[in-house]
Amino acid sequence: MENRSPYVVNAPSISIIMLKVLLALIPGIALYVYVFGIGVIINILLASVTVILTECAILAIRKLPIKPFILDGSGLVTAWLLALSIPSIAPWWIIVLGTILCIIFGKHLYGGLGYNLFNPAMVGYAILLISFPSIMTHWQIPSNLMIGHTDWLDQIKVIFNSNLLSKETLDAMSSATPLDYIKTQLTLNQPLATIQQDKIFGFVGGRGLELINLGYLAGGLYMLKEKIISWHLPVAFLSTLFVSALLFNIISPDTFASPLFHIISGGSILCAFFIITDPVSAPTTPKGKIYFGMGIALLVLIIRLFGGYPEGIAFAVLFLNICVPLIDSLTQPRIFGHK
Amino acid sequence: MKILHHGNGNILSIIFKKLKRPDGFVMQLENIFKFNGGVHPDENKTVSTRLPIAKLPIPKKLILPLRQHVGHVAKLKVKPGDQVLKGQIIAEADGNISAAIHAPTSGKVVKISEEILPHPSGLPDFCITIEPDFKDTWVEKKPISWKTLDRNKLIEAISQSGIVGLGGAVFPTHMKLKINQSQLINTLVINAAECEPFITCDDMLMRERADEIIQGSLIAQTILGAKECVVGIENNKTEAYEALKKAAQKTSIEIKVVPTLYPSGDAKRLIYLLMGTEVPKEKRSVDLGIQVFNVATVAAIYRYLEFGEPSISRIITITGAVKVPQNYEALFGTPLSELIIAAGGSPNKTKKFIMGGPMMGFDLPSIHVPVTKAMNCVIESSPELFPAPKPVMPCIRCARCADACPVNLQPQELYWFSKSSQLEKARDYNLFDCIECGCCTYVCPSNIPLVQFYRYAKSEIIAQDKSKEAANTARERNDFRLARIEREKKERAERNAQKALGAQEKQAIDEKKSTIAAAMERVKQTQQENIKN
Ligand code: SF4
Ligand code: SF4
Repeated sequence: MENRSPYVVNAPSISIIMLKVLLALIPGIALYVYVFGIGVIINILLASVTVILTECAILAIRKLPIKPFILDGSGLVTAWLLALSIPSIAPWWIIVLGTILCIIFGKHLYGGLGYNLFNPAMVGYAILLISFPSIMTHWQIPSNLMIGHTDWLDQIKVIFNSNLLSKETLDAMSSATPLDYIKTQLTLNQPLATIQQDKIFGFVGGRGLELINLGYLAGGLYMLKEKIISWHLPVAFLSTLFVSALLFNIISPDTFASPLFHIISGGSILCAFFIITDPVSAPTTPKGKIYFGMGIALLVLIIRLFGGYPEGIAFAVLFLNICVPLIDSLTQPRIFGHK
Repeated sequence: MKILHHGNGNILSIIFKKLKRPDGFVMQLENIFKFNGGVHPDENKTVSTRLPIAKLPIPKKLILPLRQHVGHVAKLKVKPGDQVLKGQIIAEADGNISAAIHAPTSGKVVKISEEILPHPSGLPDFCITIEPDFKDTWVEKKPISWKTLDRNKLIEAISQSGIVGLGGAVFPTHMKLKINQSQLINTLVINAAECEPFITCDDMLMRERADEIIQGSLIAQTILGAKECVVGIENNKTEAYEALKKAAQKTSIEIKVVPTLYPSGDAKRLIYLLMGTEVPKEKRSVDLGIQVFNVATVAAIYRYLEFGEPSISRIITITGAVKVPQNYEALFGTPLSELIIAAGGSPNKTKKFIMGGPMMGFDLPSIHVPVTKAMNCVIESSPELFPAPKPVMPCIRCARCADACPVNLQPQELYWFSKSSQLEKARDYNLFDCIECGCCTYVCPSNIPLVQFYRYAKSEIIAQDKSKEAANTARERNDFRLARIEREKKERAERNAQKALGAQEKQAIDEKKSTIAAAMERVKQTQQENIKN
């Protein structure tokens, strides 16, 4: 005798949800390969293998069933997001190390799926950024801008053993990220218009990044349509980023880049649709999601404009993660019948 | 009464206005106030509406529980061996919040015993078993001229009818009509939503007996003195809607269409949909001047007054994996097995039956339980219809449950608190506002049986409160006892002290006396000596 109603359920499983997130990443990844070459795919593969092996090991140690937790796909999502955040020509051990750190410190130390306070991908990213700042800010130049002959084989070589390549080839492949470049050039008192003449800038953002971000945007819209994510987070984040960047840009167009640049150049779109929407570490109330997105956007902009790091997403996300329990408890919706 | 949105219709009503049904018939949704959340499970209603309502034959025995309603158990009026006639009261209402039980047909009372009831507890309770004589002889029926009788007389009459809320709430109907004079009822809402999947008993009743429903509504409206009467029906019941519309033509009763969305049949949700009024947590709708009746209940009121037929049967849906899903008019007390046979038997070996709908129903303990006033639907379960629950995964805080909750609760937080036994926290997060509708479980990708956690947490909290209360009384009693002992001890001590004091005094006096005596003696002696000398 039991009362187990409801007898019917209709929910996509966690695996399906995660699979759809991975699917949504594909247009962005395809464009990434188109613009920058195969490096990113190698990183994704390395991250995927690492995440599966690491999780198997941890689950075995924690005496948890391995199959359901590997198949839920949440580890893969974390691994892919990290792989997409690091420079695509970083040495192979960066992504491997980063992935292991993500899974251990970002996820299982808190109890695994569903229990993590922080966004696991951003935990890994932040540790890497702090530990290996120079590697982590070496951005790859779009293939069509590379001087001299570089091909996919060179990318593979540079990922697995950079000694196989000559110094010239290496230099031809990498540069500072657009955000970083602006930051260092501004300290040299260059006006923004001049800085953005550099070859790494495209017509609104970093060259090539515009295209990739459009791919992420398409994936994000797909997730909205599939109800994998709610509109609150991306809309709150992007609109706040846009409006606040616009204010700075109006005040001083020579020192502050245009709002569109802020949205297109760094990881803003990826962040808006894929990173801050990690359900586990984000608020659950609709209002809370809006405050969370706004808070991250403001912090990202402040770090980008005034902080010591070129890109502020990881730190902004991690900082706001700490505030989630508070945000949630302060934004409880009004219960039906409570006035 | 605060109206939250004004009647200009919100987005939903506009969308639904455009929604045409395949047959070209449009059910207009106007001025509907959409509540948050809700879900739309597969309706599965067409299977049991293909055939008209059939009458279930009189079974070989009828088992009539004394408790088929909310409130006091009915008082037994018969003993084994008694002959009874159809419609005769065999157990009478015990006080106001109670309802009479009538013999569903003529026959002999064979035993009064504990039988298993169709209740989630699965516990047995007292029942009267009648063996029908198959003559189906009525007692003298006493129709009531309801058009002329005054309100109080009508309520008095209805209190003998045994009619309770047939939507499943089984609250004695006369009590709902007998509203405190200080609270005027403005609106009578007739609940025709029937939002649970599979259930079609109200739908079929509306299709076939719309007149009875409208007449019954008018009676209820008159008794309550309600200014208006609104019927709320989901837009998946085209035929029923048309039948009601036709029956209500010459009346002021308004038939309002609400979207097909579970749980729009929940009284508070329906009131909001129809009127935009949120019934506050601690209040009942009558406090706001709104009374709600189910369609089957008002139809029963009409039949009782018009024909003198008390509540002895109801329409019940038998559906699911049975061969011929259908609606039957079954006498109360009919063993469920008879209903199953009528529906073509059960092809499954599992023999699992659910009472109610798949969202809020429960497993029946046996196929021999009787049909009761609360039994609106029985679904034969099968693995295809209701697959076994999938393995539970951790909550990923996706908030789908919160989006689906019609009460705006945060089911994921409630789950966390219930699971970790932080019951006070769960209470703070309004656990007791949960209507156990199951929407949250329905949408959870981690397959967490959320509602079961809430049911458990609620019962735990109630049990704790009770034991706390018991502990408090016990402590008070103990304190009292200790105080009494203390007092008695003190009194005794005082008495002893008094006594001790008395003794001392006496001693002192004695001592004094003896001193005096000794002195006197000495004086005497001296005197004597003096005399001698
Ligand atoms: S739907 Fe399930 S997994 Fe999602 S937040 Fe609610 S309880 Fe957690
Ligand atoms: S069962 Fe309770 S918590 Fe779940 S959706 Fe219904 S009212 Fe909300």
